[in-house]
Amino acid sequence: MTILTDRNASADADLAARGALIGLTPTTQHDLRPHLAEHGVLPSLDAHDVRQLAEDSGLTGHGGAGFPLYRKLEAVFEARGRAVVVANGAEGEPASAKDRWLLTRRPHLVLDGLQLVARATQAADAYLYVNDQVPMAALNEVLAERRRTGVDRVAVKLATAPDAFISGEESAVVSDLSGGAALPRMKQPRVTERGVRGRPTLVSNVETLALLALIARRGASWFREMGTSDAPGTMLLTVGGAVNRPGIVEAHHGTPLADVLDMAGGTSRPLQAVLLGGYHGSWLTPDDLESGRLSRSSLATFGASPGAGVVVALAEGTCGLAEMSRVMSYLANESAGQCGPCLNGLPRIAEQVRSLAYRGGDRRAVDEMLRLGGLVVGRGACHHPDGSMRFLRSGLRVFAGEVELHLAGRCGGTSDEAVLPVPRGQ
Amino acid sequence: MALQPTKSAAPRIVVDWTACDGRGLCAELLPELVTRDDWGFPLIPDPTVRPALRDHAARAIAACPTLALRLSSDR
Amino acid sequence: MSSAAIDKALWYLGRSSGVVSLALLTLVVVLGVVTRSGRRLPGLPRFAVSAVHRTTSLLAVVFLTVHIVTLTLDPQSQLRWIDAVIPFGSHVKPLWIGLGAASLDLMAALVVTSLLRQRIGRRVWRAIHWTAYALWPFAVLHTVGTGTDMGQPWMLWFLGACTLAVAGVIGWRLSARFLDEADRTVGTKLPSSETRLLAGSKGLR
Repeated sequence: MTILTDRNASADADLAARGALIGLTPTTQHDLRPHLAEHGVLPSLDAHDVRQLAEDSGLTGHGGAGFPLYRKLEAVFEARGRAVVVANGAEGEPASAKDRWLLTRRPHLVLDGLQLVARATQAADAYLYVNDQVPMAALNEVLAERRRTGVDRVAVKLATAPDAFISGEESAVVSDLSGGAALPRMKQPRVTERGVRGRPTLVSNVETLALLALIARRGASWFREMGTSDAPGTMLLTVGGAVNRPGIVEAHHGTPLADVLDMAGGTSRPLQAVLLGGYHGSWLTPDDLESGRLSRSSLATFGASPGAGVVVALAEGTCGLAEMSRVMSYLANESAGQCGPCLNGLPRIAEQVRSLAYRGGDRRAVDEMLRLGGLVVGRGACHHPDGSMRFLRSGLRVFAGEVELHLAGRCGGTSDEAVLPVPRGQ
Repeated sequence: MALQPTKSAAPRIVVDWTACDGRGLCAELLPELVTRDDWGFPLIPDPTVRPALRDHAARAIAACPTLALRLSSDR
Repeated sequence: MSSAAIDKALWYLGRSSGVVSLALLTLVVVLGVVTRSGRRLPGLPRFAVSAVHRTTSLLAVVFLTVHIVTLTLDPQSQLRWIDAVIPFGSHVKPLWIGLGAASLDLMAALVVTSLLRQRIGRRVWRAIHWTAYALWPFAVLHTVGTGTDMGQPWMLWFLGACTLAVAGVIGWRLSARFLDEADRTVGTKLPSSETRLLAGSKGLR
């Protein structure tokens, strides 16, 4: 699945005119001057102002967890020690490209947001944490220019995440930046209290920070005018699979899911399912798609959530079980390997899924994968097993017909072509 | 997700999964709360340590060879 | 009791407690490896193996204390208190006595860190605990270098048995099947793609 271009600017001129993340400008806002020309100088805001803006706008995290930013800020304010702020662009999710898009096309917005939280928390250190798929040389130039012109009052260090699915998990980021392994840690104490090198740390997704940078200039009510009352603002989505224009789109919260697919040029073939959120997300049926909206409350009724903003449309003719098998094997291989239940359970679950997908046969395989699933959920340092089981369980529901076919030794798939991206070498 | 820990009265036994090696001493010393899964790792459906089990829990926590257990009164 | 008789008693007590200490230390090392293996012993669940290991080490400390006190009090030995703690400074056999002092120092570190295990954390505790593999050889060498009964057959059999026990248990420790994790995977890499769909099917609904 290739992430090609920005969506067609004229497709949502209204949204563009409001100057949200994608906006009218199709080009990369790499240089400082055009960025300042378009968005204006970043206002100087104190801790109280930033916190108030975050609360008034209702800005939540765009890394998948959706936690209110103002509460994270408060936790860091209250903690003892010199703070550390991290712009998290590690994006370990193979099907997601929005963070890479932001870091390539709108780096200044991300870094403006990072400066805002750095100054608000009086941070001693600021990090831009990225994976190796972003243009490093370009980012270094951007950082150098910002430092030179005094735009960055808090110096930002560029750090690289390892090429792994769990890179980007908050405690793994903190562990890596503390000089340890980039592996998740147990959650007590919270990173906002004791994070990088034992200091209070604010880890925020790059999209969240970019949005904060826009809110700082345009006001909280600007953000509130978009989206819904309980889910204000917009979010970036990586749309792929059976759509005509796969790529990054920006949608208001509350947008009907069907409209999200239209923003990507509409479906190219009849669909059998849609994956929403990423590989820790959930599968939806075409019916769910018709009634579902891009908000936590609406998606919760299907047991789903917006997650990392990944939308993959699966056309009829693709074997859903084969897709799930590839991803489950990938997820099993991506276990950090620290916690027994995950390390032992996920490979066995993946083996059962593989057996069902490629060798058909036994209902016991389904029972066993669910039994093992019960053993891995909630028993680890992070939510990798939990998310993987959400992906699997929702898939078993949505592909129930396919499961029955396989149990009878048959398969509904007509194409061997892989849809869900799994990195090479896996 | 609560950032403010809620201090509840009942202490709970908590596993540090990155340290746990599934050796099973805890299941021997606190069978009322701990059983083991397919691979030897502790299964604790209800981690609440009632007063009668307080001492047994303390022994189990002290006996863990990898220091993977602790008692927590915060959520 | 005459002064000479007391001196003789101290001397014999000092030597015998030394032998018992080494026997107990050998047992501690063996039990330590069994504890690490996570296995049970007949009649002893895992927590009991660990507890017996701990208790035996404390018993070894007791006998070691007797060994040091009696020999230091004995005027014939020419040993000062400080020689038991600071290695290689004694007037008599500095190297061999020093090795004994070194193993005492290590034992003190092991006991203190083990008592404070929950406070100092896994990593520090484990790093210090590994010095047990130095402690035991020091104790054996100390025995060989200073032992009055070194020529005696029973002593040689005793040392042979201790060495065999520790060598055996270290060999086991280094063996592949030591941790008995055959029923666990070690995250073997799964292939995540197969090229053909379910064999024998062709788009049947």
